[in-house]
Amino acid sequence: MGTRQLELEVMRYDPEKDEAPHFQTYSVPCNEDWVILDAINYVKDNIDTTLAYRWSCHMMVCGSCGMMVNGEPVLTCKTFVRDLPDKVRIEPLENFPIERDLVVVLDDVMQKLHQVQPYIVRKDEPPEDVEYKQTRGQLMKFKQLTMCINCMCCYAACPQYGLNKDFIGPAALALAHRYNLDNRDQGKSDRLDILADHDGVWECSFVGACSEVCPKHVDPAAAIQQMKVDGAVEFWKQRLGIPGDKS
Amino acid sequence: MSRRPYVREMSKTTWYMRNGRYRVYVLRELSSFLVAFYVFLIIYALSVLAAGSAVQWNSFLASQQGVGMIVFHGLALLYFLFYQTFPWFKLAPKAMPIQVGENKVADSKIIGAHYLVWIVVTAVIFWLAGVI
Amino acid sequence: MAIAKKAIVWGLFAAGGTLTSFVLPALIALFLLVATGNVPENLQFVQIHAFASSWLGKACLFVVLFLSVWHAAHRLRVVMHDFGIRKDALVANAVYTVAAIGTVLAAFYLLAIS
Repeated sequence: MGTRQLELEVMRYDPEKDEAPHFQTYSVPCNEDWVILDAINYVKDNIDTTLAYRWSCHMMVCGSCGMMVNGEPVLTCKTFVRDLPDKVRIEPLENFPIERDLVVVLDDVMQKLHQVQPYIVRKDEPPEDVEYKQTRGQLMKFKQLTMCINCMCCYAACPQYGLNKDFIGPAALALAHRYNLDNRDQGKSDRLDILADHDGVWECSFVGACSEVCPKHVDPAAAIQQMKVDGAVEFWKQRLGIPGDKS
Repeated sequence: MSRRPYVREMSKTTWYMRNGRYRVYVLRELSSFLVAFYVFLIIYALSVLAAGSAVQWNSFLASQQGVGMIVFHGLALLYFLFYQTFPWFKLAPKAMPIQVGENKVADSKIIGAHYLVWIVVTAVIFWLAGVI
Repeated sequence: MAIAKKAIVWGLFAAGGTLTSFVLPALIALFLLVATGNVPENLQFVQIHAFASSWLGKACLFVVLFLSVWHAAHRLRVVMHDFGIRKDALVANAVYTVAAIGTVLAAFYLLAIS
């Protein structure tokens, strides 16, 4: 198995010692089938045990290992070294405060995910003694949006979030849309306050970077545009007194 | 262990130079200047028409001729096609997903339909103008 | 449960964007043709004046101009924000005022053609 010497330029930041983040370079012998997370693990195991970073499943389902690799927000367990040049710059996810080294503070998005009420909201009683019925067609309406693993690469890519931290952001909005499209849910009007606010869907200018970087192909940009269309139509329905979507 | 999160400031004025994706986005948005330009150019043409004189209209048409105009309108046409019309068509399926039964209609079908409509609309405008 | 007023301008922006994407290339092509000296037959004074005098012609032209100018205005507002000009209320008022002026001028001249 061939090995390749990669030069990792890693951003370091120790809140107790450093004024500001700085780069530290490590030379790592990589197997050709490695992902960049393997190289980072090699650094931690063999070169510098003080390096702090998040990772878990190593198979693109947990969403923990998001980082900037050569300026792109990616899952490090999904980025193969064979697709990278010899010099690799690794930084914590853009647009988030740095806790330490490659670990970012995710409190803001955690709070936003919570804000959109990401669960089935019922106004009627749930069906008695039977399960909710959902056809495959009804499921396919929103299935793509369920694939989000909360890796927050979309927030790192979104320039509107970078410009305005009050923007609800791609993942939270896509999650809201996932529930709005679910036929079991009746909470659309509850979520409207957040979504229709000017820091909700309207702050998005359809750059589309979020969908391009999403490792699970959730396509949050599409979800947001659909909510804008919906919001624009609902606005006039409300003004004209046409009964809107009460669910 | 004390926490002191470090906030990296993003330049509010030059962030779009950071990568190709952002640069293309800004060029796309700047096509709005062209739209505004042509709107006011057409309004100006209407004001000449409203004066009701064929002489004034012909003089307006004459003022629109020349190499400079050819270059400008030619470049504007290319810019608008590649930074507005074609990107808009490509993004249309995202804003208007159509589901038939269990499956989404393929993006390519929706984009194809847009091109078809565009060709028809262009043909109609050219026919109205007496070009074809 | 108020949907932000942005829903209105966004609706105009989206409609205008769709319309300009389909219609503006052909219109620019007409200007290009005129620039080469080949003025299409129906852009000669008598024909274009007749078209703009008809109610159908006026309606078509007004819809195109109205949606296009509001589309451009909203987009310019967003672009200013993207360029770091953060006084959104000021920018919004400025661009929408220009769009309103464009709307009024378009209506005025269209009505004046008879």
